[in-house]
Amino acid sequence: MHNAAFRSVPAYTSGWFVLLGGLAVLLLAGLGAFYYMEHNGHHVTGMTNQVVWGMPHVFAVFLIVAASGALNVASIASVFGRKLYKPLAPLSALLALALLAGGLAVLVLDLGRPDRLVVAMTHYNFKSIFAWNVILYTGFFVVVGLYVWTMLDRTVPHLQKPAGMLAFLWRLTLTTGTGSIFGFLVAREAYNSAIMAPLFIAMSFAFGLAIFLLVLMAGYGMLGRPLGDALVTRLARLLAVFVAAVLYFVAVQHLTNLYITERHGVEAFILRDGGVYTLLFWAVQIVLGSLLPLVLLLHPGLVRKRANVALASLLVVVGGLAQVYVIIIGGQAYPLETFPGYEVVASGFFDGQTHAYTPSLPEIVLGLGGIGIALVIVMLGVSALRFLPASLSDEAVGAEA
Amino acid sequence: MSENSCEASRRGFLKGAAVAAFALAPGVMLVAGPAPARPPHVPARETQRWGLLVDTTRCTQDCTACLSACRTENRLHSFNRPQTDPQWLRKVHLRNESTGAEHHLPVMCQHCAEPPCVDVCPTGASFKRADGIVLVDRHICIGCRYCMMACPYKARSFVHEPITDQNPEVPRGKGCVEACTLCVHRVDRGEVPACVEACAGNGNGAMLFGDLNDPDSEIARRVRQVGTRQLREDLGLNTGVRYEGM
Repeated sequence: MHNAAFRSVPAYTSGWFVLLGGLAVLLLAGLGAFYYMEHNGHHVTGMTNQVVWGMPHVFAVFLIVAASGALNVASIASVFGRKLYKPLAPLSALLALALLAGGLAVLVLDLGRPDRLVVAMTHYNFKSIFAWNVILYTGFFVVVGLYVWTMLDRTVPHLQKPAGMLAFLWRLTLTTGTGSIFGFLVAREAYNSAIMAPLFIAMSFAFGLAIFLLVLMAGYGMLGRPLGDALVTRLARLLAVFVAAVLYFVAVQHLTNLYITERHGVEAFILRDGGVYTLLFWAVQIVLGSLLPLVLLLHPGLVRKRANVALASLLVVVGGLAQVYVIIIGGQAYPLETFPGYEVVASGFFDGQTHAYTPSLPEIVLGLGGIGIALVIVMLGVSALRFLPASLSDEAVGAEA
Repeated sequence: MSENSCEASRRGFLKGAAVAAFALAPGVMLVAGPAPARPPHVPARETQRWGLLVDTTRCTQDCTACLSACRTENRLHSFNRPQTDPQWLRKVHLRNESTGAEHHLPVMCQHCAEPPCVDVCPTGASFKRADGIVLVDRHICIGCRYCMMACPYKARSFVHEPITDQNPEVPRGKGCVEACTLCVHRVDRGEVPACVEACAGNGNGAMLFGDLNDPDSEIARRVRQVGTRQLREDLGLNTGVRYEGM
């Protein structure tokens, strides 16, 4: 590390209270939404027996995927030895922990029986990728917590690289597990593919880095601490590479499905006839969330403007949410093929029909509450401990812009 | 149409092995379902595989005897919210895309030998009993709904709101996932599932319940003799519910 001076954020200032208060409102609103849904039962949400995972899952999966990606900046420093990124590593790890906590909170609070969380921690069916994920998520806190310790405690520098390596391998496994939740679904044509695991890893790189950039720029802006162009521009170009990687996997996923006759139906649904899902896919995920950020981040003139990098990062986040929405909700809206070779003339349970889903306000508020939880953790973390360098100017990080 | 209209066609009632009385030997009569009642302390046996055979040539569009019986037996009350109401058993009307042939059939949990719902359940709440009946342990179901994502048959539903007036033998609860139990409480008493009984009584005698592993059972004989199909046979799940006439 470049002997960068790390400073905790001064707490108890008026600005600090205002920001924390705002985030606390978000968090408490999320808890209120949870209470409302839990008390009345899930019939007050947009979820049904046809679309069983709704908006909370979109937020939860997005945050969990982004969490592992947020760790990337630290991994690049510790595992791949890029010194430029070293001052950013502690924030990267803290953000990873915070996003995972936010995502898991949403996931757990949307369970039918969240009071049985202890059951999920004590009863394991090891054939279930969900059960493995419970272990991977819990382990992530331990492994990344250890990694943070090696970064903050200057007496154990020799442990930093092995801890970083362990965290890197763990996060790759974790995202493989998250993608495989969908990849292992044998009967759903929208999922059921090995590509879900690498696709989710690519998504995590992009979503995590986009959120990292936003938090970094907003934080340093609010604190008035210097943030040089060298770091931002390099991170921005890296984000472009990750966005392109997601596009690549999305293209391969759909091309493969377009080749397989029995999957033409689901492809036509997502790509052409799916209404809101088709619109979200093309307009938000592809154009706004991928192509526009690529232009902003790869154009040599545009990328130098801080506002463009922020806009591109925000678009990647919005496009990412749209992508997860299309995957989770769109994949369920398309009807299960229970009777191949038969047309369903009538059914008591809506067989063969496109299933409607409209997110309810409590579901959205619960999801936003998860973001609130993540940001509160980041804020308290950077206030209590020395996660942030006093300066990230080009001179301080030893780089040329 | 009312269930009474089904009474006109009670063919097959006596054919059903289910509620028939057999004379085994002079002086010995067994009046029972497909197997004697299983005392509570005796575990379910792996040598048995409970199954259901639906003759789609007998099942008619207007008959809802099985649906009513299922709802009554398991006290599946509607909240007039079809999208979130319990979904244990439904009738479907299918048309063969190439031949135009039409079929009516009841569809419920198919009680797979290799159930995807059991594979994906994180806590093991979704489980298969030794005798092949797939159930949900309501004590350790956390309501994650992953089994509903995994089931190829839309056989499971989530309890979306508080429920009252339960059948003590069929415990249910808000926030848990549930599905057809093959009326396991009746089967353990030596009776047949409520839908099968109703189909034989008020319906068209289209359903046959029994032990697929017992070569002498009526259901085992039928699946040996006539062509039957499993739904999504391509998935290789080896369902306990079979259909003939499709």
